[in-house]
Parts: sequence; C-alpha cells; structure tokens
Amino acid sequence: MTGLRGGVGRHGAAVALVLMVVVAWLSFPRFGSLDNVRDLALQGSFLAIVALGMTFVIITGGIDLSVGSVYALGGVLAAYGSQWGFLVALLLPLAVCGLIGLLNGLLVARTGMAPFIVTLATLLLARGLLLAITSEGSTTYRIASGSAFLELGRGTVFGFGYPVFLAAALCLAGGLVLRRTGFGQSVFATGGAEQSAVLMGLPVARTKVVVYTVSGVLSGFAGAVTAAYLESGVTVIGVGLELDAIAAVVIGGTLLTGGLGTVLGTVVGVALRAVIQNVINQIGTLDSNYQSVVSGAFLLVVVVLQRTLAGRGG
Amino acid sequence: MVLEVVDATKEFVGVKALDRVSFSVRPGEVHALVGENGAGKSTLIKVLTGVHRPDSGQVRHRGEPVEFHRPLDAQRAGISTIYQEVNLVPLMSVAANLFLGREPRTRFGLVDRARVHAEAAEVLAGYGIHDDVRRPLGTLAVGAQQMVALARAVAADAHVVIMDEPTSSLEPREVETLFSVIERLHGRGIAIVYVSHRMDELYRICDRVTVLRDGRHVHTGPLADLPRIELVSMMLGRSVGDIRAHGATAFSEEHRAGAEPLLRAEDLTSGRRLSGVSVSIRPGEVVGLAGLLGSGRTETARAIIGALPLDSGTVLLGGKALPGNVGAAVRAGVSLLAEDRKTEGIVPNLSVRENIVLAALPRLSRFGVVSRTRQDRVVETFIRRLRIKVSGPEQKVAELSGGNQQKVLLARWLCTQPKVLLLDEPTRGIDVGAKAEVQALIDELARDGLAVLLISSELEELLDGADRLVVLKDGAVVSELVGDRLTRDHVLSAIASGDS
Amino acid sequence: MTALVRDRARTARWLQEYGVYVAVVALLLFNIAFTSNFLTAGNLRTQLVQAAPVCIVALGMALVIGTEGVDLSVGAVMALSAAVIPLYLGYGPLPAIAIALVAGLIAGMFNGVLVAYLGIQPIVATLALLVGGRGLALVIAEGQLVQLRDPTFLALGTGDVFGVPVAVVAAAVFAVAVALIVGRTTFGRQLVAVGGNRAASVLAGVPVRRVLVGVYAICGVLAAVAGVLSTARLGASDPADIGLLMELSAITAVVVGGTPLTGGRVRVLGTVVGALLMQLVRATLIKHDLPDSTAQMAQAAIIVGAVYLARERSSR
Repeated sequence: MTGLRGGVGRHGAAVALVLMVVVAWLSFPRFGSLDNVRDLALQGSFLAIVALGMTFVIITGGIDLSVGSVYALGGVLAAYGSQWGFLVALLLPLAVCGLIGLLNGLLVARTGMAPFIVTLATLLLARGLLLAITSEGSTTYRIASGSAFLELGRGTVFGFGYPVFLAAALCLAGGLVLRRTGFGQSVFATGGAEQSAVLMGLPVARTKVVVYTVSGVLSGFAGAVTAAYLESGVTVIGVGLELDAIAAVVIGGTLLTGGLGTVLGTVVGVALRAVIQNVINQIGTLDSNYQSVVSGAFLLVVVVLQRTLAGRGG
Repeated sequence: MVLEVVDATKEFVGVKALDRVSFSVRPGEVHALVGENGAGKSTLIKVLTGVHRPDSGQVRHRGEPVEFHRPLDAQRAGISTIYQEVNLVPLMSVAANLFLGREPRTRFGLVDRARVHAEAAEVLAGYGIHDDVRRPLGTLAVGAQQMVALARAVAADAHVVIMDEPTSSLEPREVETLFSVIERLHGRGIAIVYVSHRMDELYRICDRVTVLRDGRHVHTGPLADLPRIELVSMMLGRSVGDIRAHGATAFSEEHRAGAEPLLRAEDLTSGRRLSGVSVSIRPGEVVGLAGLLGSGRTETARAIIGALPLDSGTVLLGGKALPGNVGAAVRAGVSLLAEDRKTEGIVPNLSVRENIVLAALPRLSRFGVVSRTRQDRVVETFIRRLRIKVSGPEQKVAELSGGNQQKVLLARWLCTQPKVLLLDEPTRGIDVGAKAEVQALIDELARDGLAVLLISSELEELLDGADRLVVLKDGAVVSELVGDRLTRDHVLSAIASGDS
Repeated sequence: MTALVRDRARTARWLQEYGVYVAVVALLLFNIAFTSNFLTAGNLRTQLVQAAPVCIVALGMALVIGTEGVDLSVGAVMALSAAVIPLYLGYGPLPAIAIALVAGLIAGMFNGVLVAYLGIQPIVATLALLVGGRGLALVIAEGQLVQLRDPTFLALGTGDVFGVPVAVVAAAVFAVAVALIVGRTTFGRQLVAVGGNRAASVLAGVPVRRVLVGVYAICGVLAAVAGVLSTARLGASDPADIGLLMELSAITAVVVGGTPLTGGRVRVLGTVVGALLMQLVRATLIKHDLPDSTAQMAQAAIIVGAVYLARERSSR
C-alpha cells in the first residue's frame, strides 16, 4: 500500500503526462503533428533551463523566488551586450546573473536568513537593475539582425530549435552532477538532514552558495537564449516565472521541503505544463489562465500527498 | 590512554554542566558512562567529540593535548559518535549514507554507484543487515538505521567509538546483533564509550564504569565487582556531605489523603515506551514515580495529560474518562509541569504576567476579551505567594533565573485551579534555595487537597516528598512502595533487579 | 571583543525596536526641508491613500508572522476579491463587497487548514494559492479588466469621511482593531504564545489549531479588504495587476516594523509605520527625480537590512 502510494508520489507526473498526451493525440489531430511537437519542445526549453537550477535549490531545502526577474534581466543584458559581439552577449548576462545568485547564496548560507525573503529581495533588485539599464523600461535593446548571437535562439537542427538542444544538454549534465558527483550527494544531504550533513563533515554552506549561484547563472542563460529567440531584450517578461518553475519542479516529484528529487522529474513537470498549455490553446474556447489554476491544483495535490506520505514514513 | 579528559569544567549561563571532571578510555575497553539527566554525560560526550570546548581543563588524545574545534576534527582523529537519534539522511539510500563524503569514484571522477552498492551490501551484511542497500534509509527499522550509523562510524578508521544510548530504540534481536558487533570491535582493539541506563546491558558488555552526578565525577572502576545496588545508589543518591550541608529536602510530614482515588490511570500502553502502566492518586496525596531515565516516568505523565498517543488504556478523573487531548485535560483540572522548561514551558518573548496567565486565559476573559484587572490580581497574588523574584510583572520571563522561571510555570498551573498536578522534575536545574521553596510548596499544595504526581531523579526528593512510590522499569510498574517499605534500599533494589 | 559584540547586539536590538520610527521622522524632516510642496494637504493625502492597502494587508501578515508563519498568497487573494466584485455589483455594493470578503475568508481558512491540520509548512501551503489564485481570479473575470460604474462602490475609492479618504479611515480602523485583538483578547494572547513556543502552548491547553486557522482567515479577509479598496480606487476590477508582489510589500512592512520572522511577537504600530516608511522612501526618491528602479533596489536593501538585524537579535 505504502509502496503504491510512494509510486504515485514519484511517478504521478509521468503518468499524468502520458495520459494527457494520449488524450490530446486522440482529440486534436494537430497535436501530434511535427510542427506542434517542435513548438512544444521550444516553448518548454526556456522554462526547463530555469527549473533545472530551481531543482538544485529546492533539493537543498531552499527556494529561489528571484529567477523570474533574473531571467528578464539576463535577456536585457544579452541584447544590450550583443552590440559588442557574441561573447559579450553571452557572458555579460551569465556574469551579472551569477553574481545575483552568489549574493543569494551568501546571504542564505552565511547569515542564516530565510531563503524566501532573501530571494524576494533580490527579485526586486534584479527588476530594479533591469529598469535602470532600460531607462525605466522604455528602451528595448534589439539584437542586430546579422548578429551571430541570434543563431543561439533561432537556429534549428531537424527543425528543432537550438534552445531545445541546449536545454536537453544542460539537463543531462545537471542530472549527472546531481546523481553521480560528491557535490550532488552534498545537495541531497543538505536538504535531507542539514544537521546530520554538518556532523558528517559535508560542506553544507558551500553547497548552498553553489546552488543559488547556479540557479542565477541558469536563469540568466535562459533569459539570454530567450532574447536571441525574440531578437530583443523584452523588459516585461518573466513575471511569475518563478512560480511556474517551482510548480514544474514540485509536480515532477521533488520534495518542496528538500532532500529528494530528480532532474528527469523536473523535465516531466515542464513537459506536462507545456502540454496542458497546448491543449488549452487547442481547445481555443478555454481561458489560457486555466493553466495556472491547473498548476496550483496540481501543486496542492502533490504537496498534500508528499506531506501525508512523509507523515506515514515517520 | 587513547582518549582522556582532564579536569574539564563547562558552564552554561550560570549552571555548571561539568565541574572538574576527569575521564579516560583505554584502548580496547568498553567503558560505561552512566548518570541521570543533568549529570553531565552529554556535555562530556560533546567535549570529547568537539561539539563543545571546555572552559577549563584538557582533552588528550593518545597522550597529546588536542583541541577539537568542530565534530569533523574529532572524526578525523578517529573518534566517531553514534547518537541516540540517528544522525543520517533518511531520504537518501542506505548505501549513499554509508559512503557520504567518501564515495568510491570511477576513472572519470564520477561516483561509482556499482561499487558503492556492492561494498555497502558487503559491509552491512557483517552488521546483520541484508536489506536492499538502494532503499531510502528512512524505510529501514530504527534498529537497522542505528546499525548503518555504527557501520559508518567504524568504517571511518575509528579507534574510539562513542555510543549514546544505542539500544534505546532497538528490538531485543537487534540488541544482540549490536552486542556481537561490539564484541568484534573489542577484538580489533577499538575502544568504546557506552552510555546506557540498562543495568543488564552494562553488566553484560562493559569492562569499566564511570558515574557522573550533577556535573561531578562520582566513581570510576571495574564494573564486574560493583554490586548493582551500589551503582544505582551512586547514580541517584546525593553524597552524604551534600545532605549534611543543605539538609535532605524541605519536605515535611505525611499528608492526609482522601479515601477514593481522584485520578486513576489504567493500563497505559504506548508503543515500546509504556506497557500497561497503572497509577492512581488520591486527593491530598503525593505519589512519586521512581525509576531510571528512560523507564517511562515522563511518558506516564504525558500519557495522563493526553500528550502521548496511547495504544490502549484509560485515564479517569473523578470517575469520568479524559478524552486524550491536552486542552480538555487542562479544562478538566489536570496540569503537567513539563520536564524541559525551555522547550515546553516558558514562552520566552512574553512577560512574566503573560506566562502566568497563559493557561487560564479563557477563565480570565469575558466574551473573548481578557480582563486586565483580573489578570493583574491573579498575577500579583502568585508572585507574592510563590515569592517570584521579578522587577515587575512586565519583566520578560527569559531574563529570570531558572528557579524563578520554574515558579512562574508553577503559578501558570496553579491559577487554572487544578485538581491534579503532574510535576516532571520540578526542581531540576534550579538553585538550592529555590529548590527548598518548590518542595515546601508541593507539600502545601497536597495539604490543600491537590492530587500530585511527582517525578524526580533524586531519590531523597521522592522518599521525603511522596506518600507512595511507584517504581518503573522499562515502561512497566515493577513495584509499589508504601509505609515501612518506603526506604532507600527498597527503591534501589526494585530498580536494580526489577523484583517487587 | 565581547564588549564590542554586546554593543553591536544592543545597537541591533535598538534599531529593530525603534529604527522604523526614527527613519520615518528623519524622512519627514528631510522632505519638509528639501522637497517642494511636500507639506500640502494634497500630497499628504496621496501618500496616505497609497500606503493604505499595503498597511491593511500587512496587519494580517503581522498576525501570521507572529505565529511563526508567512502568507505568500495575499496578492492572489486580492486578485480573487477584485474578480468577484463585478459579478455581484448588480445586486448592490454591499452584497458585492460581502462576497469579496467571503472569498478572502475562504482562501485564508484554506491556507489555515493546510498549515494547522495537515502540518504543511506555511511557505509551502500558501504557495499553492499564490500559483493558482491569480489564475483562478483571471478565469472568473475571463481575463478582462472590467470598468465599474456603481457610484456608491466607487465612492469607497474617491470619497471622504470628515475629509479623510475612506481607505485611510479603513486602514486606521483595522489597525486599531488588530491592536485590540492582539493586546486584549484571549485569541490574540494565544496567537502570540503559539508563535513564541508552540509546544508549551499545546501543554497549556491552548487550542493551537483553531488559533492558526483563525489567524490565516483574518489575513485572508484583510487581503480581500485591500482588494476591494484598491479596486474602488482604480474604478475597475483588474485581477491581472492588482496586488502583484503585495506579499513582498506586506512582509517588508511587517519586518521593517520590528516584528521578528521567528514569531512570538506582533508589533501593530510598528507595522503601520513600516508601511508608511516604505511609501515615504518611494515617494522621496521619485520626488527627487530618482527613478522607480532605484526605489525598487532601495526597497530590496531595506528588507535585507531589516531581516538581518532581526536575525542578529533572535540568535542571541
């Protein structure tokens, strides 16, 4: 019985995804078309990159609410930097967003402040920075049409956009780091039982600093790729993206209280979200806002399920 | 000596947890460390393992003075600790827990999962664990988890292993496995410091024993020649000198108890902590609960008030059953003064006044609005009656001394006008003067007709204060002593042997 | 060395206790001296009206934080209450407002049950509503911004009571009410005790779960009130935008006002002044031609500073 429930908790998202895909396939002829699949993959890839960083943070028992702002900032910085060439366009957002992540990590790990409040503050900080470099949001930096940087977002292989491959590569690497390195083990131990991890001599503080920094870098990267795709640094994107990322991670089976989770689950969570959005769009008459209602409901079910399972497990 | 502490003193805000204690472990011995709560065992262990540093005195490792700044330093020096609460990561796999921080790697520097699993299975088989090592640790029985912790501790090239009550959550079969492992370690020349309250275990596996009491060293010597009753007496009694200096206790004569029990707890059973405990208290009577730490004293009190879920058993107050939740019990007139003042007693942010009236708020308010005048009257009365030393009722309770905090808590319960008062270690950690006052107060309350349950690790306090003693061992009542049989020797022999 | 540490700790404690008042007075003096047209009735009125919704939400948040919790869903609840108003405004303003408040009550109790009875961490429990609440509001409103025309209802946003804007009066009334609840009622004293030491409160027979549900319910209702007032002021129901990042503003006001995130203490006046302070900071920066971006970054710095000070204190 417990095994069954545990299975539902861990693989519930995958089951839901398969069901959704089957139903969508049968109901909407366009759903299975190659074009639509390419679209789905591209739409999901940006969120997947952000959610990957969030997965690490949440497994350490933290949360990063700043990713939406950092994502937008990354996009604007990339567009702004693109006037000096490919490298600047790529490295400027990674550096600045990485620094914001580092700030999150240091404040959380060294001062013991609550992650949600620290990252809420840096959410504001990143928005402020973004407004400051765009003359209060009135300037939109465009990426020159000949720029090599555009390829990053617009190039395709077999019709699939580069962002899809970038996201896939990053998630593969992330999964490997999480499951097969000492750092990954520290991430799990930090979130699973922080005191024990300290007593076992694991570098708990360093682990936290690294995961927040990684989350910042990945959000900035996702923003940069988005800018390349949109050919400009759009200032108003990313609002509420942190919630989408958290929802995807948690629906994918990662414990919001930390200590347990997989990158694959997060990918499934992101895919589930993309498919639901797609289905809502296909139905056409449905309000697109059902998306977040469904996300919220899913999140609630998962969290309650996790809690009752944890209560049973002792 | 492989590890020793010389003349260590450690003070926590005014309380001496260790008072010039010396302790030494020889290579290859199993050394028992015993004492009641507050004796200083855990502080001593923390000094040995680098969690605390002594205010004065020295830690020596293989004869050399050392300073452990953090637990990791001690571990690297080969001193491993297994705590009573398993200090592993329950959500990670058994194998991962065993190797956390020192996983075998593949050629590419990645964790070699195949080897982790194979080696873990092999190592753990030696500890009697044949479960799948890929399972999350938390799904194993607590005993098996304890065994994994032990395997981890020993695998880290330890030559001293400190075990803090390792058997408190083990099944008998698991205890046997643990003992055979200890024997094997013994054979390999690893020294073991063994903390436990179970006499049978101590006498079975330990070579020497050190007794601590009130932060002081009482005795060290071979265990085999030491009669059990003497060991228990050293743990529970106060020294003759101490009693001469301060008098035994401030308790006076017997109380006149009513005829019919007011509170009747029957057949309280809860997991492995309580098995069929029955206690009854008459109005005006003080019933003492005796027994060693972990014998079920605290659990009995918590079960009565409804803070410990019961598998079976009933609590009757004046013939009516209590529903098993704390709120209802408090309303019905049963109160528990908890053992741990800090975590379950005072609300540190609040003033003395608010701490006193907390439980009586519904009684002191009308339509949900608290009457300040009535509050002030009650608070003033109790501050005067219990002689609580405060600058005023608005002083923060966190600023008071331990004794005065304890009086504030007593006042909290008294202003609910209880019929039954359950007192768990009411005089622990408070100074001598306050102790005498609290004891006198207990006397007075019983004279006023309250039914009192008194839990204490101090034998003198129980013998002088209680009219009747219920002796617990391993969660069950082993003896009930009244009248002539209410003597030190009877209690000690009941605890030591378990015969009534 | 230790004297230095003690000095620092004492400074931190003093700042946490009185810093918010000093800061507000200093900012007022600065503005009186250097900002043109600051001391005009019109300007003061604007400042107060703008601070009122944050203040009302922050009062509820202060109660929740007092129990060692947090409510991330207040912005979403504001959106929900805004979304239902146009649906019932046809029956008159009173039923519409009542339904909006009931929506807040239900949302708050929902959070409270998750926290108190299912034992889910407050951040996690209120996250579900943060994620889904605004979407639900948008679904109810069919994603539309709805202009409101009921003059009585709009008067809530534009009208005065004895020359004071309705929203400001409401904020003052709720501040007094919350202060009375915290200081004078059994519920209020139990709330603080639950936050200060939950285990001790259980043993003292305090109905901990009921208290928690009550606290989150109040917080939900107050968020709904803020939603109603903001909607009336805007003259339109705008669930997409109303109350965005309100959780952050409210938590900031509470923390800056000296209520520790670790619970066990609720400072009502501090919270009100905290809300005013954040409004003044923003206004001052804008009036001196510093852009909104600077204001946001300043707010971020103030939050981190306030939480850091509180932390220094609680770790003692």
